[in-house]
Parts: sequence; structure tokens; C-alpha cells
Amino acid sequence: MSKHSVYLDEEKCNGCTTCLRHCPTEACRIRDGKAVIISDRCIDCGECIRVCPNGARKAVTDTVDILKKYKYKVAIPSPTLISQFKTEFSINRILSALKSIGFDEVQEMAYGAEILGEAIKYELRNANVQKPLISTACPAVVRMIQVRFPELVNNLMTLDLPMEITARIVRKRLTEVVHMKDEDIGIIFITPCAAKTTTIHHYISWDNSKSSVDAAIAISDIYPDILHRLKCIKEEELQHSTSRGLQWAQSGGESSFISDKQIISVDGIHNVIDVLDEIEGGRLPELDFFEGMSCIGGCVGGCFTVENAYIAKKRIYDRARENINSKNDITDEMIRYYYESGFLDRYEEIKPMPEKPIHKDFKKAIKMMDDISKVEKALPGINCGSCGSPNCKAFAEDVVRGFAKEEDCIFVMREAIKNLRNNMDLSDKSCWLWKE
Amino acid sequence: MTNIYEMEYNVDNRDFVVAGDVSRIIKRTLQRIGVDPKIIRRIAIASYEAEMNIAIHSQGGKISAKIDSDKVVVCTQDYGPGIEDIALAMTEGWSTASAEIREMGFGAGMGLPNMKKCSDVFEIESIVPQGTKIKMTFWL
Ligand SMILES: Nc1ncnc2c1ncn2[C@@H]1O[C@H](COP(=O)(O)OP(=O)(O)OP(=O)(O)O)[C@@H](O)[C@H]1O
Ligand code: SF4
Ligand code: SF4
Ligand SMILES: [Mg+2]
Repeated sequence: MSKHSVYLDEEKCNGCTTCLRHCPTEACRIRDGKAVIISDRCIDCGECIRVCPNGARKAVTDTVDILKKYKYKVAIPSPTLISQFKTEFSINRILSALKSIGFDEVQEMAYGAEILGEAIKYELRNANVQKPLISTACPAVVRMIQVRFPELVNNLMTLDLPMEITARIVRKRLTEVVHMKDEDIGIIFITPCAAKTTTIHHYISWDNSKSSVDAAIAISDIYPDILHRLKCIKEEELQHSTSRGLQWAQSGGESSFISDKQIISVDGIHNVIDVLDEIEGGRLPELDFFEGMSCIGGCVGGCFTVENAYIAKKRIYDRARENINSKNDITDEMIRYYYESGFLDRYEEIKPMPEKPIHKDFKKAIKMMDDISKVEKALPGINCGSCGSPNCKAFAEDVVRGFAKEEDCIFVMREAIKNLRNNMDLSDKSCWLWKE
Repeated sequence: MTNIYEMEYNVDNRDFVVAGDVSRIIKRTLQRIGVDPKIIRRIAIASYEAEMNIAIHSQGGKISAKIDSDKVVVCTQDYGPGIEDIALAMTEGWSTASAEIREMGFGAGMGLPNMKKCSDVFEIESIVPQGTKIKMTFWL
């Protein structure tokens, strides 16, 4: 089974090369007229889903049918969900509408985020922590670090995601206090993106260890249903978080918990790559904390959102302004207990996963690199993508590795035809090309 | 036959938009060949500093990287003005960078010492006003 959420609907793909040019890790290729993904490079950032003009790029998520699998169903909505609705609808109203779709309970991810936000302060005081501490909130960024910046894996925060923490708290209560059976409980995350879905189904290190969350439903899939119920729903008191947890939906939200430290928050995967490059190069030595979000604007820009990211951001801002004095039940003792007992820790270590080199034999790889640059020299260097590779350099590599043929480049082909024509005696009527 | 891959790029004087690109390309190439990430990191830091020095302090030049089965050699050469007192230039914290350059976050006088620290063998020669040559060897 694929270890990714993002996949291609072959029927809809017409091989237009749009995804090719936008994928930040050059994971896309067009082969035989259809897009394919090189699995060990894909970071599930969802960029290709966003840009595909044919709706052929999709991501595996669960549908509401998954609720039937469990006796007791809990929804954990990402704070991004709230930002998709007008502020005239209270948070309680939105959560109540969500619950009425068929959940027994709703617990906001924002709640776990508020605990985690406070815990990061302890983590930053921890002398064993390598600086800058790198946020793991965006799984696409984590994956990017594993693949492209393996030297920075040790800087990744060892505390788990807010979604996992909320789920863990719910599960603990349901099994230990209410004595429910673990397998009867279904915890379902309402997700803004494919990257978060992947961490649920494969946890972060892409192996078999179990996430506390059982399934993920895309915001875009459940949005119409909630919208439909908003007007007439009977409102319940379901909100436990404050506007601080809501901030987590946008870039800088996590960092807003930290004061008196050198922080940088970066959004958009290309910007994230640039800044990680600076960190890896040791050129930001004073930095204490790095927050990177793959999507522009943060999760409000996730590939499963329905609202424009900037409008969603404004709504978060407006809600925060209206509720400056809102309070949660999280105390300092609670946070210290959670932090010190290891309750917030990730179940397992994130390991470097450097992408596979062009050849496993180092000497052969050097030789191949030489061949690649020779092939590249014969290419026009305009990165048109018609060959099915994202740029001329990547195409040259694909040729040398045997995944593509030089003639797949229309310029190489044109040159070949021209040479053929020049070498031919045009007066020779027996030549098949010129036969009438 | 031994397999060697060599690449060479020009570095223009004062072109801050593309400055840093050459060391990024070198880093990416080493990643694709499968060099140990720890060594790549050192090479990337050293070649970035070398690239910046050419862009900031010289009239332009070039950088090459040669990848052999047992070593990576990064060489730079520029077209002047050269360094008068190499020992002084190698001193941590010594810099002739202008206020404007310092404004951009450079000019701590740590580039050359860093290059020396990151490489296994560091060789530098300079003739005023012809230019400066640096050769850095990294054992694999
Ligand atoms: N290629 C070069 N040509 C001429 N002078 C140079 C060259 N490289 C370095 N220098 C001189 O040596 C000095 C020290 O260089 P070094 O790289 O150590 O520090 P810096 O470039 O001034 O600051 P930093 O590298 O920390 O931003 C420079 O200020 C400059 O006067
Ligand atoms: S999800 Fe992101 S990394 Fe994966 S193929 Fe699409 S654009 Fe590339
Ligand atoms: S920024 Fe948020 S929505 Fe976008 S990929 Fe990362 S976690 Fe998902
Ligand atoms: Mg310098």
C-alpha cells in the first residue's frame, strides 16, 4: 500500500504538466501521458492537488461512513475548520453542527494546541534540546526535513502534534474513567490537509506504529453538511479552547505562545526550504525556535480548505479580538504534569530518511553524475516540462537512470530530424520521406 | 579508470539576488550522489562563505567542485583585488566589509576562519592585485 495520501485519478489526468512544475520536491513525472509520483520524494504537501486544473490530484481520506465502524465516535476538528465559517456563527454553534452529523463527542484540536503551546516553553528551557528547536506541527515540513535536511532531524521537537495530544486525552478519559473498550472508540480528525492524514494512517515516521487518531475526514468533505445544519442547530456548550488555540490554524500561531525568544515563523514550502537551508548552513545561530508551515498562510491554506486563506485568517483575527478574555481550564500544574510525565512525548523518534542517491554504489553515482551533465548540456535548458520531467536537469537524470529517453525531449527530437534531413540527398527520389 | 565529476560556476560581483546559488547547487549535487549528510553540511557551509567572499570582496570569479571517490575538492579563483595580509584576513573577526555590507548581515570576519574549520585541508594564495585562489579538500 502506498505510504502517501496523495494519489492520481488517472481518468481525469490529461498529462498537462502543471503538477510537475509546482511540486517542491520534483516528485512528479508524466509517463505515457499520465502523472506519476516518485514515492520516496513526495512529502504529501498537497501542492499538486491545489494546482491541478483537472481535479485529477486527490488524497485518500475517510468518509462519514467510517462512523459506522465505531460504537463511540469523537470528532477532533482542526481549528482551521472554524475559520471556514463566518464569525456570526459562534464556535459552539459550529461544533454543535459538526457533532449532529453523527458524533457522540467533539473535542477541539485547539485544546491540545493550548497545552502543547505552553509545554514548548518548558522544552525551550530544557538544556538537552538542540537549538533551534524545530516545530513538528506541519507534517509536510517534517517530511521535508527527513528527506532533504537529515542533519536537522535532531532539532525536531519530540513533543507530539496537538491533534495527537487531544486524542490521547480523550482516549485516556474514555478508557480509564468511563471504562470503554479501546476498540469501541473511534477518534476522527477533521483535517485541513493530506499531510496530516498521512500521519494518522502511517504515523509520522511512516511505519506501523499507531496514532491515537483512527481516521481523518477532509474539511472540504464535511463542510457542506455543517453549513446546512448551522442555521437550525440547537447549540450546546462544546467549546473548551480559547482564541489562542484557534491561532494554531495560521502561520505564527504556535510561535505566539513563546515570548522572550528568537523565533522565526515561515509559511509556504519554498520559503521553508530557503530558511531551513540557512539554518543548516549555521547562518542563524541566534535562533531558538523555527515554525515552518508548508501552506501559504499556514493550515488556513491547506489543500482541503474551502475558504480563501486570507479571509480565513481575518476571521481568526476577528474572533480573537472579540474574545480577548476567554479562558480555558488548563492550569500550570496540569501542563507541568503532562510535560514531566512524558504524556506529550511522541511515541517514537523521527528518523532521517535521505532520498535515495542516483546509485547506491558511490563510484557509479559519480560516473552517472558526469553522464547526467553531458546529457544536460545537449538540452535547451528552458525547463518546458514537455518531456514529462520537471526541468532539464531532472530530465537528464531520468535519462541516465533509464526512466526516460533522450528523444522524449522535443528539442532533441527536432534537432535529430533536422540532421537527418540535412544528411539526406534530397534529389534522391527513392527516399521514403520525400516520396509522393 | 577513476570516476571524477567536476562542475564549475561563475560568481558575479555584488549580485546578491543569486549569491548563494552555487553553493546550493553543489549541496544538491552531493546529495544526489549520496555523500554523507554530515560532510555535505561542512562543504555547503564552506562553499557558501567562499561564494559570498567572491561576491562581496572581489571583482567576480568562479567556483569549482571536484568529486572523487575519496574526496571532494572545492576551488575558488577570483579576478582581484587580492588579499594583502592573508594571516590577518584569516583572523577571526577581522573584516574590511563596508557599513552597507554589514547592514546585510555579513562582515563578521568569520568566513575564512569558518572555511578553514569546515575543510580538512585549506590552502589559500593571493596576489595583489591579480586575485585570490582557495582550495579546500574534504575527505570522504
Ligand atoms: N576573495 C577575496 N578577495 C579579496 N579580499 C577578500 C576575499 N575574501 C576575503 N577577503 C578579505 O578578508 C577579510 C576577511 O574575510 P572573511 O570571509 O573572514 O570575513 P568577512 O567576509 O569580512 O565577513 P563574514 O565572512 O563573516 O561575513 C574580508 O573582510 C576581506 O577584506
Ligand atoms: S503532494 Fe507535494 S510532494 Fe507530493 S507529489 Fe504532490 S506536490 Fe509533490
Ligand atoms: S501547513 Fe497545515 S494544512 Fe498545510 S500541509 Fe502543513 S499541516 Fe497541512
Ligand atoms: Mg566572508
